[in-house]
Amino acid sequence: MATSFSATLPLHGSQENRLLLPPIRLAPPPPSFLGSTRSLTVPSSRRLYHAHAARRSPVVGVQEVVKEKKVTNSLLITKEEGLVLYEDMILGRSFEDMCAQMYYRGKMFGFVHLYNGQEAVSTGFIKLLTQSDSVVSTYRDHVHALSKGVSARAVMSELFGKVTGCCRGQGGSMHMFSKEHNMLGGFAFIGEGIPVATGAAFTSKYKREVLKQDCDDVTVAFFGDGTCNNGQFYECLNMAALYKLPIIFVVENNLWAIGMSHLRSTSDPEIWKKGPAFGMPGVHVDGMDVLKVREVAKEAVTRARRGEGPTLVECETYRFRGHSLADPDELRDAAEKAKYAARDPITALKKYLVENKLASEGELKTIEKKIDELVEEAVEFADASPQPGRSQLLENVFADPKGFGIGPDGRYRCEDPKFTEGTAQV
Amino acid sequence: HKYLFIFTEEINFTAILTSPSISPLRHSPWGKKMAARIHGGAGAGAATALSTFNPKKLVAPSRTNLPAARSSKRCIVAAAGSDASKSLRVGHSQKLIANAAVATKAETSATTGTGHELLLFEALQEGLEEEMDRDPHVCVMGEDVGHYGGSYKVTKGLADKFGDLRVLDTPICENAFTGMGIGAAMTGLRPVIEGMNMGFLLLAFNQISNNCGMLHYTSGGQFTIPVVIRGPGGVGRQLGAEHSQRLESYFQSIPGIQMVACSTPYNAKGLMKAAIRSENPVILFEHVLLYNLKEKIPDEEYICNLEEAEMVRPGEHITILTYSRMRYHVMQAAKTLVNKGYDPEVIDIRSLKPFDLYTIGNSVKKTHRVLIVEECMRTGGIGASLTAAINENFHDYLDAPVMCLSSQDVPTPYAGTLEEWTVVQPAQIVTAVEQLCQ
Repeated sequence: MATSFSATLPLHGSQENRLLLPPIRLAPPPPSFLGSTRSLTVPSSRRLYHAHAARRSPVVGVQEVVKEKKVTNSLLITKEEGLVLYEDMILGRSFEDMCAQMYYRGKMFGFVHLYNGQEAVSTGFIKLLTQSDSVVSTYRDHVHALSKGVSARAVMSELFGKVTGCCRGQGGSMHMFSKEHNMLGGFAFIGEGIPVATGAAFTSKYKREVLKQDCDDVTVAFFGDGTCNNGQFYECLNMAALYKLPIIFVVENNLWAIGMSHLRSTSDPEIWKKGPAFGMPGVHVDGMDVLKVREVAKEAVTRARRGEGPTLVECETYRFRGHSLADPDELRDAAEKAKYAARDPITALKKYLVENKLASEGELKTIEKKIDELVEEAVEFADASPQPGRSQLLENVFADPKGFGIGPDGRYRCEDPKFTEGTAQV
Repeated sequence: HKYLFIFTEEINFTAILTSPSISPLRHSPWGKKMAARIHGGAGAGAATALSTFNPKKLVAPSRTNLPAARSSKRCIVAAAGSDASKSLRVGHSQKLIANAAVATKAETSATTGTGHELLLFEALQEGLEEEMDRDPHVCVMGEDVGHYGGSYKVTKGLADKFGDLRVLDTPICENAFTGMGIGAAMTGLRPVIEGMNMGFLLLAFNQISNNCGMLHYTSGGQFTIPVVIRGPGGVGRQLGAEHSQRLESYFQSIPGIQMVACSTPYNAKGLMKAAIRSENPVILFEHVLLYNLKEKIPDEEYICNLEEAEMVRPGEHITILTYSRMRYHVMQAAKTLVNKGYDPEVIDIRSLKPFDLYTIGNSVKKTHRVLIVEECMRTGGIGASLTAAINENFHDYLDAPVMCLSSQDVPTPYAGTLEEWTVVQPAQIVTAVEQLCQ
């Protein structure tokens, strides 16, 4: 039942599907992270460990995939794909900016975590998925939901707490669910969603092997650098590799967990290395570049669909805003922020599209305008939607409302009209 | 052939078998011979309640209609001599479980004569197997459920029949595999998640509370989570503090889950099937010491209602509400009480969340006195909630304050004597009833 290590292939080993990947480099000196407040000093023992570990296991991590954006022979994307990617990233950015506005106007409350700056990761991965593939996210989930296909209206209404929201107003910012688009949430505690994602991948494998259905759905689990110190992460890496589940673990390493720097909280900050420890490929990619992310994602998704098991992808990215709208964001160095702002994924893609004559400035401007209108319309729609009524309070607690039990009069509580109206005393 | 011999000193089978009074001679050859002779009686005989004990009824229908011990695998149980340590544990626990262990129920086939006899863990296995046959989406996951057959043998043989993916041996990561079960349930499967011991599910509390209970609601009803989380809990035989936990009280506040506790092979199978078929997440509490209870259950398919309580023994003087293992302590105390002239009504509440206020209410309205006997801790246990619910709903019908006997608020000690004092014993129940009925 346990997979033997010799059977696992390194990322570049598949003969049938050669991609634009350079051969794996073993034991280069790990770079210091751009923007880290302290440069990473590598003790010599660690370098030894690098080489030693690489020799022992056939599964290795890949540190720099797709070194260059521009491949001399062919472009990485077509025009249509380029426009789709651009539109998705613009939607993410505009939506989040509008969220900030609405929050400060008092239209939404609580914890709202914005995704500005990380759009490349969401777009790079999710635009490769089909509708039946699943996505699991964290509290920073608005853009994942939008990329997966949930309408901006539904997400905005959910944030406003209205009935027309994707979760009927019951979930809020941190719980974006959509059965139609297989968006499995939205989880408030970090790491909580990773086992759920593992379960979704398990269902996919079960459908294929037990129910004998034609199912090659993959699951993509997004989470941050802070989560990578959490037990649930490691437990799921183990199970996913053990059962060869069709799942991709995507680490959005933005270096900060609220005010805790990744380097201060992690003994070995290079998260991609944790993949091979469990027998799956670990890949590190520049998460500010949507095309690089997309290339890695293609390989990882193809691997999963073929039944070769999970992949751990670490995306080096950055959030331009604070952790949440309540975070004053005072700890981060201005120079660090400036450095990453210069690598804004949207500007980068725009430059690429224009330089390679895939799209004109005018076309891109049209897209931006269209998205602006879409987001405005979403706000209007959310504003106009009704608040949930009292009768909604007790709905959906149970799928089978008999779970509320039998009342003193012998009837099931859910049969009592006053109960469902919310006026009966519980 | 060996038989498990459920026996107690107080019931005298002289009336039926014209034999000298029998002491618990489980391991003696003579005891075995007696077992062979009254095996027919013991099976169906176990089904009598005390006040309706009728020796004639005991003998006539059941013995001839029981399947021959040779042909039926289920009648042969770990017993004297087969596995010394196991039988010792089993035998020891039998001291506390009265012969009137299995209650009279209109629905059991004990009186009709058809049906088959088996142990509680086999009943759970039967229920699970039937549901897995019926619906290919039902799967099992847990530690040692597959090749090992389950640490209490509930999933024995299922991996051979259904394969390693349907009966999944997980690594030791309760939080992750419970979450995996929840994710699988959201995407179409119906997992039965086993905690090797209920106490281990404390590690899965994050997933049970945050995801299992909540996700149907926070997703606005989009995703259902039809999981069954089950495992043995309760105070066993000197298992130590961590393996003797009662998690009913910890889980009871979680909105969105249902909790049931099984106590007999009949309701174990019925509740297992009902829990698997339910669209709600259900936590099924089993008890370590009850796995070897024997009862005859119907051949035909049946399920028990998840929200209903079970009337164990109708009575007039006082309502005793209990569940799981304490049911047997109550029944043992009931014998003494009956001899003293009391007529207790014993209800096994079965559904720990939500309470069946109808059955309970009718009983309170009849007897006007309530005693709750539970194995949960005093503080914040099921009894505490039940007391509150009864006081709220049926205050006018009470002639005396609701009394609640629970376990002491201590981590269960290892020493046998101390452990005995942690849990409610029949003598305490008798005293409490006498006090309430003054």
